[in-house]
Parts: sequence; C-alpha cells; structure tokens
Amino acid sequence: MSENNAIGIVAPQTAHFNEPLKLKSGTVLTQFDLVYETYGTLNADKSNAVLICHALSGTHHVAGKYSEQDKYPGWWDNLVGPNKPLDTNKFFVIGVNNLGGCHGSSGPVSTNPATGKPWGSAFPIVTVEDWVNSQARLLDQLGITQLAAVIGGSLGGMQALQWTIAYPDRVRHALVIASAPNLTAQNMAFNEVARQAIITDPEFHGGDYYEHGVVPRRGLRIARMLGHITYLSDDAMGEKFGRKLKDNIKYSFDVEFEMESYLRYQGDKFAGEFDANTYLRMTRALDYYDPALAYGGDLSKTLSQTKAKFLVLSFTSDWRFSPARSREIVKALLDNESTVSYAEVTAAHGHDAFLMPDGHYHAILRSYLSNIEVGGNHAE
Amino acid sequence: MQNNVNITKNVAQYRQDFAIIANWVKFGTKVLDLGCGDGELLQFLQSSLEVKGYGVEKSDVNLLACIANGTNVIQMDLEDGLSGFEDQSFNTVILSQTLQAMHNTEEIVLEMLRVGQEVIVTFPNFGYWRNRMQIATGNMPVSKTLPYQWFDTPNVHLCTINDFDQFCKNHNIEILERRVITDGKEVNLMPNLLGSLAMYRLKSK
Repeated sequence: MSENNAIGIVAPQTAHFNEPLKLKSGTVLTQFDLVYETYGTLNADKSNAVLICHALSGTHHVAGKYSEQDKYPGWWDNLVGPNKPLDTNKFFVIGVNNLGGCHGSSGPVSTNPATGKPWGSAFPIVTVEDWVNSQARLLDQLGITQLAAVIGGSLGGMQALQWTIAYPDRVRHALVIASAPNLTAQNMAFNEVARQAIITDPEFHGGDYYEHGVVPRRGLRIARMLGHITYLSDDAMGEKFGRKLKDNIKYSFDVEFEMESYLRYQGDKFAGEFDANTYLRMTRALDYYDPALAYGGDLSKTLSQTKAKFLVLSFTSDWRFSPARSREIVKALLDNESTVSYAEVTAAHGHDAFLMPDGHYHAILRSYLSNIEVGGNHAE
Repeated sequence: MQNNVNITKNVAQYRQDFAIIANWVKFGTKVLDLGCGDGELLQFLQSSLEVKGYGVEKSDVNLLACIANGTNVIQMDLEDGLSGFEDQSFNTVILSQTLQAMHNTEEIVLEMLRVGQEVIVTFPNFGYWRNRMQIATGNMPVSKTLPYQWFDTPNVHLCTINDFDQFCKNHNIEILERRVITDGKEVNLMPNLLGSLAMYRLKSK
C-alpha cells in the first residue's frame, strides 16, 4: 500500500509536436516527442503549474511508482507529493524528459522519422536553450501560459535560470538549486574525460552502435564512475567508505576497497540502463550553457529582463557546483534589484545533496513554495 | 554568532529603535539589513516605507524564518565582508545591535560605507552608568541590552559612545546624526553615561 504522502501509481504521457523546432546549433527538428508525467491537478485558472527540470541523468519520472511492485519511486519523490515540500495538493507538477534523452523523448535511441531507424549519431546536439524552448511548447499544448514555479538542480537549475531569461513573462518563481551560470574549466574537464571514455570505447562505432547490436558499456561505466566521484565530497566518501576493505587484501586489481565496489556497482547499473549518446549530449549541454556570453560575459545584464522571483540554493560541500557559483547568480540578481533569497545549506553530501531529504533544505523549499500564490477555484 | 543578538531585545526599546531607524530611511529606497535576524525590522520598513529590502543572515534558523515570512534574505557570514554587493548600491545599510558581536568590526563598518550611501549602526553603549556600576562593584555587566554572562556572550567588541565617536573620526567617517536611548526614551544629557543604546547615521567623508 502507498503511504498517505505518496503520489501512488503514475503513468507517463507523450506529447507530439509537428511544428519544427529550430535548435541553437541551427539544425531544425521537423517533429519531436516529449514524454512527461504530471502530479496533482491543474487548477481552473491554470496558475498552479510547477515544472521540474531534470539534471544529467534524470528523467520525466520525478515521483510515484509505475506499479506497486516497483522497487523505487521517481528520482525526486522525497520532494513531490501530497503534503511534501512540493505539495501536489496545491500544485500541478510536471516532469519532462529532455530532448536527446533516452527515456521516451526524441533522442539518439528514438526512431528518426526520415529513416525509420534509430537516430544514433545523427541526432543533433541540443542545448539548455533548446530544452527550455521545447518545454515551452509542452506548456502551450497543456494550455499553461505561466508557471507558478520552475525548479531544477544542477543542469536542471540551468534550465530554471534559462526559463527566466527566455520567457520572463511565463515564470513567476525560479528555484535554482546547486547550479551555476556556466561551467568552470575544471567542471568541463570532467565532462571531457567522461566523453572520451565513451567515444574511445571500441563498441561506440561513432555513435551508431545500435545497428551493430552493441553498446559502449565500458565507456559509459567509466564516465559514470568519474561522475560519482565528483558528486560526492571527500568527507562524504570518507564517511561512507573510508578505507574500508571488502575482504582481506588480496594483492590484486579486483575490488579491494568498499569505495571501488560502490563505484563499480554504480557504473554497471548506469551502463545497463542509460544511453551513451544521451550522456554525451547531456554533458555537452552543460558545457555550452553560458547565457552571459551574448552579453559580453555580463551576467547582470543577462538577467536584467527577468521578472521571476528567485530562490537560489547551494550546498557547502558541493565542489562541482560550488556555493561561489550560486553567489554569482545571486549577485547578478541583486544588481538588478530582483526579488531573491539565497540559502547556503550546510551539507556533507557534495553535489548529491540536492537530491537528499535533508530536513533544513526541505524546510526551506517547503516554506518558499507554500508562500507561492496560486489562483482559487482549485479543480476537484 | 551575531544571530543570537536580535532575539532577546527589550520590546519597548526595540520599537523606539525601529522608529528612529524608520525616520532615517527614506520612502521607497533600497535597504540592506545586516544580521537581519528573522526579518522583523525589514518587514517593518517594508510595510511602513515600502522599501526594497534585503537581509543578510548567517543562521539557518533565522534564514528559514525570513523565507517563511517572505523577507529577501541572503545567507552569508558578515565576517567575510560584503563581496557580492556593489559599491553604493544601497541607499541605506543597517547594522542593528550586531557590531559588538563582530570579529572584523573595522572591516564591516568600512564595507557598509562602501555599499551604502548611508549607514545606520546601533550598539549597546558600554559606557552606560549601570554597566559602569557593575564593573565598579566587580562584575561584568549584565543588562537588558547586554543580556549575556561573560562566559556565553557573543559580544567580543563592546565599546562606548566616546570610543565609537573616536573610531569615526579616525576612519574619516561623517556622523550625520546620533541618537541615544534608554528604556525606550531619548537621552540628550551626558549620553555616554546615561544612554544604553547608541544609534548612528553615518556616511563616508
């Protein structure tokens, strides 16, 4: 049985778009699909919609389970549900799988309508801007002109920020969590290593491995292992594993330490369920996002047209998206006299902290979200 | 540690304190309140003067209170200065009864003068006669404005009105106005002896 604050059983939906979408790269997607899930009920004046933007490996499956037998709920189930911080008794919450993804939206694994075969390497490089534009199309289709809020962590936070830049009239609140206005060279360097692991895997076949009946598992596995190192803090890894041995030392290259066991497990799990081409594209979207570039690097100018109210959040031990990067966003918003609050949450978990149900973190989100006004006439 | 300070203020004096600050802040201006606590002063200034207000606060508890009551709050430690705030970007920067709990006292006052066109600083006057009496009888002062014992006080840089006047002089700070209150009433005679709370409106010379 479901708990009384659980979403319960959910099902994804697919929206099809026939209107061409011009991507930032110049390529045009003549048609595309977006797979999405919704939780809660859209109210009569459609003023209670909240969009959740996912990060690198996220999906549209934010909360709930697909069946009672499902072992795990959606990836942000601790946040979304009845009486949870993002309360589905009040809000109509939308989770969407981004373009280029591998969970149902148009992407490298989906069928290219022009060839009838998987897109593979031919699927274009998509950007944060493209995602936001495609998400706006989804809102159009759902009849939602303005979001009560857009929320995202990490790469999702970049999309939340982009929403306020690209569609200032369509978003009232932006919750930008563990994010940055662009990636540092070090951060992009991790992405490059991850991509090289995939691209140099002999089974990558230039991205067209589907037709060879193989997947570049080894590369994807290493990419994910590297990612996991950077999502945790040194302290968190120390606390979680320390130098704990799996067994007695065998003087071999097998798993000797608990940490290795964890990384291998995470790498194997991910390589078995995620698409390498999608991983390449997601990391590239991270690298390319730099909204201030068009404004000579001036983030304050970049955000000058935004109208949303902001909650910016960072985590003290997050070194991949450090508090200093969030403070850059805050500073630019202060320069514009925007309505903004900034919380620097003390957390040991590094970048992963944004997905954890830390009490103080969730209390901040709960308080902020409960103050967001939505129209009356809540549909039954 | 400055976060504890705002909690145990005497209510009558608190209001007088607020009233004087409200007199010094102009309608519709931009105000930064450092060590804003639960945002009460900013809420007061916003409702009475429609200011665009931001608070700076270190403590998680106060931050959460601000978010709950809709005060713009930026979580940071004042001891690190005010990086992230542009020069002269606020009409008024306020440091209310927090100066004495700062370690980098000199730096924060100079930072306030950098960021604010005008600066309001209030602090408990250590020269107040009741404090002097307690010292004279051999004890560290404990009072309404200094409600801590010597071993648990967050106050590390207590000063008198004379001291602060001298500080301003030495740092080329112009005192635009000084008000001194005791038990919610203004003190004009011998303020350094009879005043318990000192309030200054300052700007750079």
